Amino acid sequence: MTTRTQHATSACSRILRLVISLTVSGLALYPIPVLGGDITAVSVDAASRVVKLYGAGGIRGLESYQTGILVSSSGHILTVLSTAIDSEAIDCVLDDGRRYTASLVGADLHRELAVLKIEDINLPYFKISADSPRQAIGTRVLALSNLFGVAVGDERVSIQHGVVAAHVPLRARRGSHEAAYRGDVYILDCTTNNPGSPGGCLINWQGDCIGMLGKELRSAENATWLSYAIPTNELALGLEAILSERNDQPPVNERRASNFDIRSLGLELVPDLLNLTPPFVEAIVPDTQAAEAGLRTDDLIVAVGNRTVTSQRGLRHELSYLIPGDPIQLNIIRNGRIVLIDLGVVPSVTEPRGKGEK
Amino acid sequence: MQRIPKLNITKKQVTRIVIVLVISLLTSEGPVAFSAGNNDKLSDVLSAQQERIRVIEAAAKTSVSVFAGSSGGGSGVLISPDGYALTNFHVVQPAGITMRCGLNDGELYEAVLVGLDPTGDLAVIKLLGKDAFPYAPIGDSDTVSVGDTCYTIGNPFLLATNLQPSVSAGIVSGVHRYQFPAGTLLEYADCLQVDAAINPGNSGGGLFNASGELIGINGRASFEKRGRINVGAGYAISANQVQNFLGILKSGHLADHATLGATVATSADGRVVVSDILESSDTWRKGLRIDDEIIELAGRSVRSVNAFKNILGTLPAGWRIPVVFRRAGRPSEIFIELAGVHTPAMLNELMAGRRAPPSQSKPDNKPEPKPNPLAPDPADLPESIRKFYEPRFGYANFYFNRIELERVRDVLQRRKSASEQQETSWQYQGQLEAGGSFEIELGDQSATISLPTGISRWEQAAADAGLSAEAGFDSSPPGSGGMLAALTMWRRLLIQGAHNIEGRITYWGQQPLYSASTNQLADVLELTTSSCRARFFIDEFGNISQVTFFLGASSTSCDLHFDGLGKRGPYWQPTHLTVDYDGDRFATFHFEKGEQTK
Repeated sequence: MTTRTQHATSACSRILRLVISLTVSGLALYPIPVLGGDITAVSVDAASRVVKLYGAGGIRGLESYQTGILVSSSGHILTVLSTAIDSEAIDCVLDDGRRYTASLVGADLHRELAVLKIEDINLPYFKISADSPRQAIGTRVLALSNLFGVAVGDERVSIQHGVVAAHVPLRARRGSHEAAYRGDVYILDCTTNNPGSPGGCLINWQGDCIGMLGKELRSAENATWLSYAIPTNELALGLEAILSERNDQPPVNERRASNFDIRSLGLELVPDLLNLTPPFVEAIVPDTQAAEAGLRTDDLIVAVGNRTVTSQRGLRHELSYLIPGDPIQLNIIRNGRIVLIDLGVVPSVTEPRGKGEK
Repeated sequence: MQRIPKLNITKKQVTRIVIVLVISLLTSEGPVAFSAGNNDKLSDVLSAQQERIRVIEAAAKTSVSVFAGSSGGGSGVLISPDGYALTNFHVVQPAGITMRCGLNDGELYEAVLVGLDPTGDLAVIKLLGKDAFPYAPIGDSDTVSVGDTCYTIGNPFLLATNLQPSVSAGIVSGVHRYQFPAGTLLEYADCLQVDAAINPGNSGGGLFNASGELIGINGRASFEKRGRINVGAGYAISANQVQNFLGILKSGHLADHATLGATVATSADGRVVVSDILESSDTWRKGLRIDDEIIELAGRSVRSVNAFKNILGTLPAGWRIPVVFRRAGRPSEIFIELAGVHTPAMLNELMAGRRAPPSQSKPDNKPEPKPNPLAPDPADLPESIRKFYEPRFGYANFYFNRIELERVRDVLQRRKSASEQQETSWQYQGQLEAGGSFEIELGDQSATISLPTGISRWEQAAADAGLSAEAGFDSSPPGSGGMLAALTMWRRLLIQGAHNIEGRITYWGQQPLYSASTNQLADVLELTTSSCRARFFIDEFGNISQVTFFLGASSTSCDLHFDGLGKRGPYWQPTHLTVDYDGDRFATFHFEKGEQTK
């Protein structure tokens, strides 16, 4: 069975989650931070193993700072691979204000992880183990990160609370590029995909490191920003690969064809029989997005946005870069004149097509 | 009336839990998870839930929904039964001197502006029309820890059109955070960071801890790529910063924040050192120099530049605070008077929200200068508001200064006894700490002190005539900066209870006492006469235990600190008195005997 990314925000799913959390963890009601352990002690202890990282970047959309997790007493730091650490000198600041210059040990392109090193001994750290158990849905978690770079010097990183909302394979994009890592992640119900958060530490209320906050990515399916964490067992594999200098190669990272089908907007094209069948509109379904936008039978589609298309295959190719939420504008030729048709945005729910696929 | 019926909520919540439990029982596979131990947990959960409902219900009653018509609105929180409420400067500024405030009793109340702190983004308003408002107890924000439960209550997105505030639960994400100001405005120093939702409209509302104490005023959040909605990082002005400014704001002031007149930087070896200093500052005069290491500020240790800014950013201009610094390995402590970040004129401009002068691209189309909503002509105000508003330069609303002055006068009055006669003089004698004995006689119009170095005298008539300053007579005894004059005024205030005192007297605000190790603040009255200026520190019992005295327009002060002050018969006597002039000890007096004579 494949699971789809769930965005548990509706009341319905919230109750569902409640039920799940009750059945899974006995009697967890959400949220009762008053009960169930000393969050303060757990967070303060965990924060001593989390570092603030400052490197290159600062260009729009690319932050120059992020978070890292100490994973050895001798100063190995696990973080996400990003432009921020693509720098000669990476500044690393501990929660007691100690400041180091970190160097890059290696990177795991597959999981988009990196290991840095600072020179010291007897540092507090998290043991990243390959047999770290999977956390149940509904597990209450705390996310520690350098979000918005708020904490400086000897200030502790920021701590947010939430629950594990889902455990699913990551399908995410950065711009039109598919993210390399496609393994399982925890989806969180708190907003953790903020600037500076990547590389942050996810712990449970017992204080175990259960994952690392990932890069700022959007869902490939509906373009919403994802708050997710890579589970510790996966981190262990990446860590091992980096330290043993093994190259876990990412899958071919191409612009992925989305499953967006223009027919879902309510139009049919003429049968695609030739290599270069022109994208003529064959029929319009009444009361659909296409009908409302004023598209008509016999319109010839000549451009998607500002990219011209000359065939149905070309049209499909261009449309494959659109993800839910993206605007769709078509240029069509009607009676010898170019007309701009605004189809609104790509709907977020696309019909499941494959039989038996859930 | 639109009160939330308590029972309904409780029932609803309980019903939901019961339903959920039933579902969970039905859906769980294998052995049912309710052992005896889990039943204990269940009752814990339910009682925690009941407690939370109770706390939120009480706190929600104190939440104020501010509506300012087309100018928007925000939130506030009541802090006293007579209707004083806290909110943000940036909520009040567009609203003006008067606004409409909704409580969850379903009623709209008129409110009037009391005091403003543009730098700290704080304002005090007073709701009118009732003297038994529900109010939130103010907690100690320095005891707040990361991970503590917190609630934000307010009017996000101005949703509270039915006057029922929104509540969000979360944890404290960070303490002692520093958020940079815009220019010199809206600086959030030493603030609390929470993941409970703070959205536009929550501004000015309360941040509560698990027991329902007010620990902060919500006002800011980090926004980025999703527009102006909360993404898990909001900030609240700490309750302790609020406390520092509360006396100043409740008395109608336009408050200013503090500067040392010195900047600091981190040295190569990680120490916080003075990187620049103004030679005109009190800090310089008291001996601080470039490269001195700052160790403590106002009793708190300074380990980073951020910590320095955090501490300084919570202090009002005019406070006197201790600074501990180290030079060549030797620590020393100085007391300095904090200067203001702004001049009064600058503050006035900030209050009005006047930005840079309008661009000169359209010289023909000069816009009319907008009337300042925060400094209206009283004649333009509705009748109901007019009597609560009195404009004056340097104040947001001078009416409330009179109210506070009256309150302190009452405190002094209560301590006054019939036997205290203006005509009788008070006589003291005792030993000087440095050796030798002293005698002091305090009358209504004159004072005499006898020291091993000689006898000095002060006379009101001479001071009034302006003769004495040149002769050094006014500052007698020599080297004290005006000890006798200060003592005479101290006595006069004790006897007359601030009534019929010559000169202009105003309520200054609150300040910590020099000797106090606690955070206890004393009311401060400021007296200005033709020949001097003095501040009197009055504790809750009406003891005037500290006097700061400035001769003429001088900026160097004579400071009197009374210890063990009490009534010895019909007059007031301390166990000892220290007198400092310009930060240097003049003398310490140990009192042995006092009496009053006709």
